[in-house]
Amino acid sequence: MYETSYQRPSSIDEAIKLLGDGEGEAKLLSGGMTLIPTMKQRLAMPSVLIDLRHISDLKGISVDGSKIRIGGATTHAEIARHDGIKAAAPSFAYLAGLIGDPAVRHMGTIGGSVANFDPAADYPAALLAIGATIHTNTRELSADEFFLGMFETALEENEIVTAVSFEAPQAGGWEKFRNPASRYAMCAVFVAKRTDGSVGVGVTGAGNNGAFRWTEAESALSGSFDGSALDGLTVDEGAMMSDIHGTSAYRANLTKVVAKRALAKAK
Amino acid sequence: MSKVSMTVNGRTMTGDVEDRTLLVHFLRDTLGLTGTHVGCDTSQCGACVVHVDGKAVKSCTMLAAQASGSSVTTIEGLAKGQELHPVQAAFKEHHGLQCGYCTPGMIMTAVDMIGRHGASLDEETVREELDGNICRCTGYHNIVAAILSAAKSSGSQAEQPIAAE
Repeated sequence: MYETSYQRPSSIDEAIKLLGDGEGEAKLLSGGMTLIPTMKQRLAMPSVLIDLRHISDLKGISVDGSKIRIGGATTHAEIARHDGIKAAAPSFAYLAGLIGDPAVRHMGTIGGSVANFDPAADYPAALLAIGATIHTNTRELSADEFFLGMFETALEENEIVTAVSFEAPQAGGWEKFRNPASRYAMCAVFVAKRTDGSVGVGVTGAGNNGAFRWTEAESALSGSFDGSALDGLTVDEGAMMSDIHGTSAYRANLTKVVAKRALAKAK
Repeated sequence: MSKVSMTVNGRTMTGDVEDRTLLVHFLRDTLGLTGTHVGCDTSQCGACVVHVDGKAVKSCTMLAAQASGSSVTTIEGLAKGQELHPVQAAFKEHHGLQCGYCTPGMIMTAVDMIGRHGASLDEETVREELDGNICRCTGYHNIVAAILSAAKSSGSQAEQPIAAE
């Protein structure tokens, strides 16, 4: 790891100031489950690390009926075991409990995952499907506006993800087809029947430009929220990732299979 | 350089370290607590698992500076003197190791797992939760047996006491 300097702000304002002082060389450190391994491989060399784990305004979960708000520095483990989320949006809690392994879930945060937008990250698929809002220190963006492409979000230079909020869907389902070695999603799908009756389908791990909404499936499912509604659909192979673990044709087919499994589980 | 200070196995420890120092290197090189191992160095194998504020984390993927102010328990902090922690005793009884390299991380993960699930822990959950701990000797049969045995004898949902926490 290259040399760096560690800072521990106690407020969002202080963190923003440190970011500005870093003149583009500073990085926000939340759980560090992606950033620290990346730094160890010398693929990143931030001059300053700004630790967000000690800012109380970034923490906590509130559930008010079907309205859920999760602070950016909330860990996957806290989301997975939160009674309010388990009751209102069980598929979302289930998703959080399948990220990484127990030690990773104790450190990794939703804000970090959302801001990094790894092409195999789990939350983006759910947030796109549910129609979530991403809160930053300056504005609120819909998930559709926030997630732009692989490792690319609408975040500006000195902007911090402070929270994620959404209305719990009437029914949600999550299915993750994991690479047996890395355990990352080769394809994972979140299906959501939203409270306004519309349907969201978010896919991660498979697309060649990060998580995306499978809009053809959304239309097909708005009539009948059942796997059989997908029978006549195909996924565009040209938009799929292709690597040593699977071809784009394989992932296109997998998307439909995994979406059907997610629908079978939806509740 | 930064001064870091944390409670390690019940004792306050301080040291001057470079900001990029990983927690595992602070524990091993500065404090001489070499029971915590570095296996893969890519955050996958779990040989470096310790508890930070009561939660299992990978100490190769956390800076010492991040842990400053926290309470850390390593494998050295489990036993009470000559008396093994129940999970250590179960690994011995069920021969849940061969070369032993992964064992400190396995045991720290197991103690955390049993603390959260108690006696209700079942085999499927144990295998799922060992996702982040790799053993390259024997397979996992005896490790799983040891953890299930320790969970059963924990007798309740409650956290098993750790001498140092």
